Amino acid sequence: MTSQSASNKTRPLSPHLQVYKPQISSAMSIFHRITGVGLSLGLPVFVTWLVVLAAGPNLYIKFADLFQTAFGQILLFGWTWAFFYHFCCGIRHLLWDAGYFLDIKGMRISGWTALTVSSLLTAVIWMKTYGYIP
Amino acid sequence: MKQTKSLRSNLGRVRGLGSAGHGTEHWWLLRVTSFILIPLSLYVIGNFFVSVIGGGYSDAILWLRSPFSATLVILFLGVAFHHAANGLQVVIEDYIHCEGLKLITLVIIKFLCAALAILGTLATVKVLFGV
Repeated sequence: MTSQSASNKTRPLSPHLQVYKPQISSAMSIFHRITGVGLSLGLPVFVTWLVVLAAGPNLYIKFADLFQTAFGQILLFGWTWAFFYHFCCGIRHLLWDAGYFLDIKGMRISGWTALTVSSLLTAVIWMKTYGYIP
Repeated sequence: MKQTKSLRSNLGRVRGLGSAGHGTEHWWLLRVTSFILIPLSLYVIGNFFVSVIGGGYSDAILWLRSPFSATLVILFLGVAFHHAANGLQVVIEDYIHCEGLKLITLVIIKFLCAALAILGTLATVKVLFGV
């Protein structure tokens, strides 16, 4: 009944990615999904931090040093941006659920606001981290 | 007088689960966990970030050892992993159409979320009560 036969897999679909120009609406939506999955991959890292804290200072130093490497810093930066982006877009979703910004103009305004605010927050946090702002 | 009769059975109407039989629990819980995570994730992840960018071991332990932080961390683990599992379920159901693979992937993901939440909780309790 629900088994996938060869004929099921080869049925044609109407084109979407091939024909629609990327817009603020679709782009922000897919990035909300991508950052969500990315943050889900980051949650085990948070749990590792807790485990390492419970394990003692020796193991903790090894763990913390991983984040001082270039790759570690890139990962942290990516996760920070993903966090703020998913955070701001999440609030945008909650506002939609409450009934706000549901028209086209509101969608654009809230979209660009979320993108700007999340980028600014990421930039501020990292400038503070590297000491460019006190 | 106009009389309209719904095709919905009385039991179906009372149960309120809709045509797919699931109701609105997933949707609602996703919203509730999102709302809770607004302050909670800022606090917990903020402290995590400060620690991994160069805060020392003793500072982190001092922060985690207070009942206030420990409670919030354990709450965060529960709420965040529930939110993640819910979100990942939506993604899996969107992209995996083979029923067997979908089921296995869903079970593994939900199990991992539960297991990691418990692991994190145990680590927090260990820090709170001893080490």
